[in-house]
Amino acid sequence: MKEEQGNLNPDTWLKDHGDYLFRYALMRLRDKTAAEETVQETFLAALKGKDQFKGQASVRTWLVGILKHKIMDYFRKSSREFSFSELASLEDPSQDLFDQNGRWKAEPVPLRDDPEDVLEKKEFWKAFEACISSLPKRLAQIFALREFEGLRGEEICNLLGISSTNHLGVLMFRARAGLARCLETNWFGKKE
Amino acid sequence: MITCEEAARLISDSLDRKLPLRQRVALRMHLLMCKFCPTFRQQLILLRDAASRYREEAYTPP
Ligand SMILES: [Zn+2]
Repeated sequence: MKEEQGNLNPDTWLKDHGDYLFRYALMRLRDKTAAEETVQETFLAALKGKDQFKGQASVRTWLVGILKHKIMDYFRKSSREFSFSELASLEDPSQDLFDQNGRWKAEPVPLRDDPEDVLEKKEFWKAFEACISSLPKRLAQIFALREFEGLRGEEICNLLGISSTNHLGVLMFRARAGLARCLETNWFGKKE
Repeated sequence: MITCEEAARLISDSLDRKLPLRQRVALRMHLLMCKFCPTFRQQLILLRDAASRYREEAYTPP
């Protein structure tokens, strides 16, 4: 067997990738302990499987790939906790958006910049992360699975034990509306 | 005519699945008539673009 582990040096993993992986996990799990655990499991799994690292991807990409699996495992293991009644009683950041006749109570504020420019701004990303962190935990997890991991509705329902895609639709709406409202306050509506 | 609340729900749904024809037409008509829901739609599309950029592993926001 040839040694093909040129730049695979476990000693520097924690220093080089620890923060990044932790942040990655935290944005998806919204739980510090769970994020720490999955990152730790990732490093252990990487250490055990380092012979499988072929060097065709960067070390970080390889570690992120392992971390993704660990995050999915975490959701699978904890899916029992997502009972229907809990999901139904989730805090709803969209509940004050409309009046009884289904009209906007406060009208959505238009973007003040071109969307492309918005995504280049540091402050936008700060607000984006802050707003995701301010969402109720379950909604943030669901949003992350859909929009960061790109899972389809059926996959998320299976993973989390949500009974129907219709129900998931309600939760996605709450998450998105909550984020949009938060970004309005922290970003769209702000004067420079 | 659907309400803004119904339209907003459909805007979100349309990001996850293809809407049935009837809902799709109702939403498009509402978006033509309404001053506010197109803004909400623009916000959700920005959110999606931001999220898809964010999820690219190599991408660290500026
Ligand atoms: Zn409307």
